[in-house]
Amino acid sequence: MSKAHEHDHDNRSDISLRVKAVESLLIEKGLLDPAAIDKLVDAYEHKIGPHNGARVVARAWSDPSYKQRLLKDGTAAIAELGFTGIQGEDMVVVENTSGVHNMVVCTLCSCYPWPTLGLPPNWYKAAPYRSRAVIDPRGVIEEFGLKIPESTEVRVWDSNAELRYLVLPERPAGTEGLDEAALAKLVTRDSMIGVGLPLSPDRGTE
Amino acid sequence: MNGIHDLGGRHGMGPIDIDPEQPIFHADWERRMFGMFILAFAGGHFNIDQFRAAIEKMKPAEYLESDYYEHWLYSLETWCKANGSLTDEEIENRMRKLSKGAA
Repeated sequence: MSKAHEHDHDNRSDISLRVKAVESLLIEKGLLDPAAIDKLVDAYEHKIGPHNGARVVARAWSDPSYKQRLLKDGTAAIAELGFTGIQGEDMVVVENTSGVHNMVVCTLCSCYPWPTLGLPPNWYKAAPYRSRAVIDPRGVIEEFGLKIPESTEVRVWDSNAELRYLVLPERPAGTEGLDEAALAKLVTRDSMIGVGLPLSPDRGTE
Repeated sequence: MNGIHDLGGRHGMGPIDIDPEQPIFHADWERRMFGMFILAFAGGHFNIDQFRAAIEKMKPAEYLESDYYEHWLYSLETWCKANGSLTDEEIENRMRKLSKGAA
């Protein structure tokens, strides 16, 4: 193992110990409830995730009046499906069309719509995506395996501590007969960040 | 504040690490840190702007080299120390005690 790796390893075990120390002190002082930590972690690790956002998108694809409400007041329309709370207080939904592709970044940190997408993937929080999404969005999207035609305008939305964005992707072709539940299965996390597209029906319903 | 955290437009940060299988939390301390942050936030120890402001005051090299949830720990400690809930000495004493217990 190289010196650099040893150093990393030492730092990491220190961090783990330091977090433990801080937690145990705050619990002892009655400032933290350990059971509440367990409950929160479980909720964000297992319950709240992109399947919530997928339901929003599928509803918008199926119900034109819902879509209208969603684009006009994202927060209220998303709350209709019960998705509210921390880091989703002010939601803006941006619609992909044949001429416009939207993508979302947080250049300053990791702002992300938790109630609809859960916690962000690591690449969303890391320097390469944050730095490059705003100067080379097409190149970044290509790194995810998607080529946006030159004729399509790319709009990049930089989130902040209050305002969070959700991309409403275009409904895939060949999905006319599908109900909301089947449509929701086609909606990927990446398609709601704008670095991917929804699955096509032959792949998504396998 | 125009600091190192303001990464938009910088070059040389390398390729994007796209791994669809990556877990939400990589280690248990990240889970605990996440939970503590939410509770401390909900409990009024700091608001979201204060939380961000502390991270933005990290030393640039430290900011870039540390893990994401280390930034959170840094901010949580900053505000708990500012409001008198924690001291560095307490944390270090507790770390020593915990590491002896684990040995």
